[in-house]
Amino acid sequence: MSHWTPIARLEDIPRQGARVVASPQGKVAVFRTVDDRVFALLDRCPHKGGPLSEGIVHGARVACPLHNWVIELDSGQAVAPDEGCVRRFDVRLEDGMVAIALAGGPTGR
Amino acid sequence: MSKPKLVLIGNGMAGVRTLEELLKLAPGKYDITVFGAEPHPNYNRILLSPVLAGEKKLEDIILNDEAWYAEHGITLHKGKKVVAIDRVRRCVRTEDGTEAGYDRLLLATGSAPFILPVPGKDLEGVVGFRDIRDVELMLEASEKHRHAVVIGGGLLGLEAANGLKKRGMDVTVVHLLDTLMERQLDKPAAALLQRALEDSGLDFKLEAQTEALLGEGRVRAVRFKDGSEVPADLVVMAVGIRPNIELAKASGIHCERGILVSDTMQTFDPQVYAVGECVQHRGELFGLVAPLFEQAKVCANHLAEFGIARYEGSVTSTKLKVTGIDLFSAGEYQGGAGCEELLFQDPSRGVYKKLVVRDNKVAGAVLYGDTVDGAWYFQMMRDGTDISAFRENILFGQAHMGDSGHGAESHAARLPEDAEVCGCNGVCKKTIVDAIVQKKLFTLDEVRAHTKASASCGSCTGLVEQILQSTLGSDYSVSPAKKPLCKCTDLTHEEVREAVRIQGLKTIPELMGSLGWRTPDGCHACRPALNYYLLCQWPNEYRDDPQSRFINERVHANIQKDGTYSVVPRIWGGVTNPRELRAIADVAEKFQVPCVKITGGQRIDLLGVPKAQLPAIWAELGKHGLMSGHAYGKSLRTVKTCVGKEWCRFGTQDSTTLGIELEKMTWGSWTPAKVKMAVSGCPRNCAEATIKDFGVVAVDSGWELHVGGNGGVKVRATDFLCKVQTDEEVMEYAAAYMQLYREEARYLERTAHWIERVGLPYLQSRIVDDAAGRRALCARFLESQRKAQIDPWAERAQGAEKHEFEPLTPAERKAHACIA
Repeated sequence: MSHWTPIARLEDIPRQGARVVASPQGKVAVFRTVDDRVFALLDRCPHKGGPLSEGIVHGARVACPLHNWVIELDSGQAVAPDEGCVRRFDVRLEDGMVAIALAGGPTGR
Repeated sequence: MSKPKLVLIGNGMAGVRTLEELLKLAPGKYDITVFGAEPHPNYNRILLSPVLAGEKKLEDIILNDEAWYAEHGITLHKGKKVVAIDRVRRCVRTEDGTEAGYDRLLLATGSAPFILPVPGKDLEGVVGFRDIRDVELMLEASEKHRHAVVIGGGLLGLEAANGLKKRGMDVTVVHLLDTLMERQLDKPAAALLQRALEDSGLDFKLEAQTEALLGEGRVRAVRFKDGSEVPADLVVMAVGIRPNIELAKASGIHCERGILVSDTMQTFDPQVYAVGECVQHRGELFGLVAPLFEQAKVCANHLAEFGIARYEGSVTSTKLKVTGIDLFSAGEYQGGAGCEELLFQDPSRGVYKKLVVRDNKVAGAVLYGDTVDGAWYFQMMRDGTDISAFRENILFGQAHMGDSGHGAESHAARLPEDAEVCGCNGVCKKTIVDAIVQKKLFTLDEVRAHTKASASCGSCTGLVEQILQSTLGSDYSVSPAKKPLCKCTDLTHEEVREAVRIQGLKTIPELMGSLGWRTPDGCHACRPALNYYLLCQWPNEYRDDPQSRFINERVHANIQKDGTYSVVPRIWGGVTNPRELRAIADVAEKFQVPCVKITGGQRIDLLGVPKAQLPAIWAELGKHGLMSGHAYGKSLRTVKTCVGKEWCRFGTQDSTTLGIELEKMTWGSWTPAKVKMAVSGCPRNCAEATIKDFGVVAVDSGWELHVGGNGGVKVRATDFLCKVQTDEEVMEYAAAYMQLYREEARYLERTAHWIERVGLPYLQSRIVDDAAGRRALCARFLESQRKAQIDPWAERAQGAEKHEFEPLTPAERKAHACIA
């Protein structure tokens, strides 16, 4: 069962950037896109474990800083031709507060 | 509201490629209907030769199966020939009366083999070499009959002959002229080719004019003007192709030799576009696949109503692959007035290379037997590189320009399957071949994307291109001449920079809006480049965009494979003292830094620092006067020095003092890629200045200046720029060089590649010969340095960009902490 944990105000996360939050599942990267959508992925690239939170965010994607794999923020899927997937977490934005579904474990893939 | 209708006539490579490009740009924009005269889905015509030779099967060469059409909602009419276009009613009609209306029409009717108008041309057993039907007829003949004659000694004819020979037929190649492939090869190369093909069992009859094909019902022999005859149960006509323009002509669309199109691939009827072998553009017809793909891209751009692409013609190269024969030809291969010819011949190895050079630029090339450098010569040809600085070595190939480790293996075909091709990414030949075959790749870029081969240092590019060529056959698509900055735009680096300057664009969003970026906020490839270009152009106004910086430059430390960072304080000219060393040692102990290492650039590296600790460690170092060494940036890294005349018994100049002065002038400057410098106090060159981006070597009478060196994957020794007398001159030349590089190189292009692209004489003309220009460059550099020389560590130690270094804390845990 998902359990919403408020983690930050939207403005605490830079546009086209990310912040990291610790969770029982490991470090989670919380992204904010140029148009103020928020997404959360486990902070580990499916390729070689690079910290996705440090990557360049463009559109609804992030490029891993280690070897430039590009990951879809909404699904956690690697953009073709690379193949792989990283755990995603549900996030929501309410009254400027970002909350994440943490304790209930991963939702979706 | 219903979607506009797009009808494509011609289900071949050019037309379907246009649809693919269009679907990438504007999926779902049109209702698409495709008419193909052949009863097959879209297949790879250039792979018909390997099918004929038995190296591939028909199903291997299908590009888009019927599921693809269905998936994209495209209506496909196979085996239906369009016989009329009604441009008033805007609809097309097929032989069997099927009609389809259009808002936009795309003609990609291709070409047909030219059949010699001789008696007997309609006999059974006389075929062209153009489509699957022709190949089926040839295969059938090869099973029942013995004698084949191929008329035409060009690319296609030779491939047909090779295929039929492999199918067990006795093959004679008939050619009107006295040399084979005269449109691609000069006489010596053609002679080598002919000898090799004769050795493989083909017969040739050159300077032979076909008079008639003899036989009743089926062809039996070919008779020539001189009265001689050759037996033939199969005659393949490969004397050229003619654009299929009858349909266009009949509907009143203006045609000459082909359907006339503008640079936007539009015919004289603006609703009607045309691409491929049926078009005539700026007087040219097309027969190779590379230009077709470039046209497809431009056409798709206009169909998507982006309206920014132009097709301006293609520079093409040809490669023939007939088992075991490597051939490359490009540009003006014949030479002639105003040209020089550089020649390399090694008959016993079967190698022949000719470069045609005009005004110190490569104008054409013919390579036989060793084609690994074809791509390199072709690149220089397209870039107009001045080769005067290395023309004495150019024929020996790129590997001889100074290489370490990545030794030259020049025969892709001979490589064993498990041979490692790309040393950076550990990709072996089999992986590349499998990807090309299974994923149907055509271009170097596609191979890079799918396998990562040649995607890092690029020194195996020639080899990968060879593998593409030997896998695909005679023709494959070279990278387009005009290389866009990234997938978000069709503009080149140069075009973007010019627009920034001329239109006065000052922010990334403004730039993307004004130049029609395809993505809302770019990608990881373009944003750092744009950030740099804006910073370079507007040094006093531009506000750096941290989110468009690679992580290293955003947090001013070097990310390591485990996600920790390395910290390298600046040590001016590599000269330090006990106080600084003690400070570094204390910091390393206090923060329990796991690894302390001396770098190649005479600095000290503290490795394994967690990100959150960076501001604290910097603050501590800062207390002792140590600042950022920029070991992480596309920026001035280090100035390496030797001890010079103060201590060294051979030293002729004070290299350490000059090195420190150079570093004080240039630190903090952002550049297209990293920049390393060195100063040596005598020609023994202990600071290794001749493999640096800017190297200074003392001689008794002054300083020698060297540029464009690189000690990385591909060792490149510097080019000698000039000699100067005084320290002040060294500083002025160094600043001018830095600024020229900053203003004109492409983002991520090291000085070595930049200089190979623009040529050393260009640098000399700007920096050495033009004193006023040099001083202006120097002044612009120093101006840009006024704002650049701020220690980023000091700022962050005091709290700047704090969010970068602190993780978020979930609210609940905060609450728990309070209760506890």
